[in-house]
Order: sequence, then C-alpha cells, then structure tokens
Amino acid sequence: MTTWNTSQQIALLFVLWFGLLIAASAGSVFASLRAEDRRSRERLQLFNGHLRAWWTMAAIFWLAWVSGREGATVLFALASFFTLREFVTLTPTRLADHRALVISFFLVLPLQYLFIALGQSFLFEIFIPVYVFLLLPALGAFAGDPTNFLERHAKIQWGILVCVYGLSHLPALVYLHAPGWTPEAGAFILFLLVFVIALSSVVQAYASRRLKLRYRVRPVAFEISRTFTWQGALAGIAAGTLAGAALSPLTPLSPFLALGMSFVACASGSLGHLVMQAIKRGRGVRTWSDTTSSTFGVTGTTGLLDRVDALCFAAPVFYNTLRAYYHV
Amino acid sequence: MRPTVAVEHALAVAANALLLGLTRLVTGAQGRWLGCPPAAEQRIYFANHQSHLDLMMIWAALPRDLRAITRPVAARDYWSGGLRHWLTTAVFNAVYVTRRRATDDASDPLAPLAEAIASGDSLILFPEGTRGHQVDPGPFKSGLFHLAEKFPDVELVPAWIDNVQRVMPKGEIVPVPILCSVTFGVPIRLEAGEDKQHFLSRARLAVMALRNS
Repeated sequence: MTTWNTSQQIALLFVLWFGLLIAASAGSVFASLRAEDRRSRERLQLFNGHLRAWWTMAAIFWLAWVSGREGATVLFALASFFTLREFVTLTPTRLADHRALVISFFLVLPLQYLFIALGQSFLFEIFIPVYVFLLLPALGAFAGDPTNFLERHAKIQWGILVCVYGLSHLPALVYLHAPGWTPEAGAFILFLLVFVIALSSVVQAYASRRLKLRYRVRPVAFEISRTFTWQGALAGIAAGTLAGAALSPLTPLSPFLALGMSFVACASGSLGHLVMQAIKRGRGVRTWSDTTSSTFGVTGTTGLLDRVDALCFAAPVFYNTLRAYYHV
Repeated sequence: MRPTVAVEHALAVAANALLLGLTRLVTGAQGRWLGCPPAAEQRIYFANHQSHLDLMMIWAALPRDLRAITRPVAARDYWSGGLRHWLTTAVFNAVYVTRRRATDDASDPLAPLAEAIASGDSLILFPEGTRGHQVDPGPFKSGLFHLAEKFPDVELVPAWIDNVQRVMPKGEIVPVPILCSVTFGVPIRLEAGEDKQHFLSRARLAVMALRNS
C-alpha cells in the first residue's frame, strides 16, 4: 500500500468533493430539462440553492487550504461577522448602542482574529472577557441612554462571546502546537472537532425524532426544544465520541485521548445548541434568519448561526481542555 | 467613446458595484417579492424613507436586468454638487426632481419624471420627500398621484424597507451590520374618479401594510 503524505490526502479529498459537486450540478441540469410540472421545478430550485451554497463552501474551504492558516483565520472571521450580524439583528438595541456595535464589528472582531494570526494565544484568550467587557459598556454609558442599560449590554456581550470569542477558537486550533506535533496537526484536530460535532448533531436530531415519534419519549424542556431528549442527546454524543476515536490516526492524539476530547466536545456542543434554542424561543423566532421581516438568511433556509451554534460553545471548551492536557 | 469618457464610465460602474457589494455585506439586502414577481414591466416603486441606504436596498433587491431600466428619483437641492452630483447622475442615472416649486417658476417639477417614464424607464420614488424618524412613514407628497393620473398603464409597486434605520441612524457615518429586507407588495392603481387625498393615503397604507407580512 502506498503511503500518501498529508497534502496528497487533502488534495484527494478536494478532488472527491469537487467531483461530487460537478456530478450533482450535471444531474441538476439534466433534471431541469425533464422537470415539467411546477412542483418538480420548485424542488429543483431548492436543490440548486443548496448546491450553490455547497459550491461556495467548497470554494472557500479550498481557498482557505491554499492560503494556509491565515486563509482559515480570515474564513472564520467572516463566519463571525455573519453570525454576529444575525445575532444583532434579533437583539433589540437602541440608537445609543450604535457606537458600541460599530466597535464590536469593526474593532473587536478583527483584533480577536489578528491576535490568533499573530500567535498571541494569551491575548486572544483574555482580550474579550477582560478588556472588551469593560470597553463596550463604557462606550454605552457615554451615549447617555440608561433605558434597559444592563439588558442591552448583556445582550451585546453575549453576542460577542458566542459569535466572536467562541467561534474564534476554531482557527486558534490550527495555530495550536505541542511538542512532537507536525505543523499540520492543528488543522487535522480542527477537522476532527468539526466532524464529530456535525455527526453528533445529525445523530441527535434523528434519534430524538425517532424516540419521540415511536416511543413517545418526552422532551426534557418542551417549551425550549420540542426534540431534545436525554436519550437522543446521549446517542448523538456516543456517535460523535466513537467517530472521534476512529479519526484519531489523522491527529497526534491517542485513540483514548481523542475519545475523551470528542466526548467533551459533543457534550458541550449539544448543551450549547440547547442554550441557543432557548434564546431563540425567548425571542419568539425559529431560526436566526427568521426576523419578522426576512425569511431567508445568508445560507438560504436557516441562519448561519443555526448551523454553527454547537461549535461556538464546543470550541472554547475543547481548545482549553486540550491545552490543559498538554500544558501548552 | 473618448478615453476620458470611457474611464469615467468604468469608474461609475465600479462605484455602483462597490456600493452594491457593501450594501449586501452590511444588510444582507433581502428582496421579498410577495405581491408581484421581479418582472420587466414598467413600474414606479414607492417606499418608506428613513436612510440614505433605502435606495441601495431597493437597488440591491432588483435583478441586474431590471436595474438597467430603473432610475431612482433624487431631490435636486440635496443631491447636487461635487461627489453627490456624480453619484446621482453617473453612478445611479437618477432623475432629478425639484422639491419646492418656486412661486415665480411656472415649470412643472414632475416634467423630468414624466419624460423618463415616457421613454420607457421605471422609477424608484420615496413619496415622503425626505427621510423620516418615526416608525410610521410621513404623509405622501402628491407627485405619485400626478404620475398615476398621467400614466395609468404603469404599475405602482409599494415597498416596505425594514430595519435600515438601525443600520445607519441619521448623523452616524459608520453603518452597523444588521439584516434588512425589502418587501414588494401587490401593485396598486388609481381608481376611476378617486381624489388625490384618498389615493395618497391608500398608497401610504399599502406600504405600511407590508411591514408585518
């Protein structure tokens, strides 16, 4: 068996991915020639929308790969921008918050990712919880509007913690280094994290649905999530944890460590997803793109934040647990 | 084309694309065609007005081929001189309207608009005449009525622009990224024998009705 080096492996992944997309696009073109009634045309239109999103994502990931760690950092900075935009849209801020929001988007967000790209892992960890925590409410106080001051600023802080601080731990993984790791180790650990969280979410959603429909298992908090059950969550976490152990040869982690780390990631991701659902319920919306006025977000049917919310909570826990283990 | 003209034209096209891109980045610029499809009919789009971004929102919601046949209406007293003039004429190909008719001036302020419609263009009009601060749009100026009377075949499409006032309140320079949308409603028309006040308040209600749809 020939051994492939990492960049060949990844090149192969991209070839497969783009090959699939080309096949899907070709299929869609043929289907459009045959689609005659309105229903099938509409379904095709929906499919094409998803396909476009996948093409865009594949292109962006490819760009991130070609442009290296810095590219990945820019990619996640953009994701932070779009998710924070969704979060702020659904947060009833007042006119006096304008400056604080401008600073959040155009100073805090870029600086956080700049610290990562510069390898300032200490600054990157404390910048938001220590410095920004004081800076933004101070700016708010200057604006001189005391109405619901704590509520308004608590919400802005939350948005930054979830969408910027949480998400920024994903590219930070790529920069993580411990003795004995290859330079690409961090990128593979990032892949492991994203993969196990995605798998665990899908399994959890599917299992909870089955459990509810077939065995009448009651959701834990019906008013918050119609689907979250302990059994379903455990099934998702178990699936993600086992997948993490199976993927461990890609990373410098031993199978046992990968198992434990994946468990930590999936459990926190699952809880984070529930917390974000509670926030959405509290605001009376179903998705982050579901403002009273707009039904479609940046990714088409749901908001970007709906898709990455588990990662926003899992990434900081995963990152810091890993650092604690390696004492780096 | 002379080289300098070509360069100016390229600059205008680039500025248009840049502003469109920025608007989409900051607001998402969602177009929701609830009452009519984005078709190449001759139309007057009329909407509530709270921010300079309003025009960009409608502009970004229109498909490219409709943008080519649609012209915004700009107030001459505000949008003239230097950069503003260049933006209005070269970049957006706007039609100028004179907001206050001078008492000794007998010319029709709507003449340039009528001319644009007669030559086949669609218009984007903010009938409040100025940017408002209130939640509800202000009373509509009569221009819309006179155009409806003169051109009964042109579709009058109401539009509600949502959230833009949060992006850039009057007086602020840097916009905050917040998702905004434009909702296009069912076209209205002037009924036989309908008087001006009735028509204008009906048009205003048609815009406001889209707020929660």
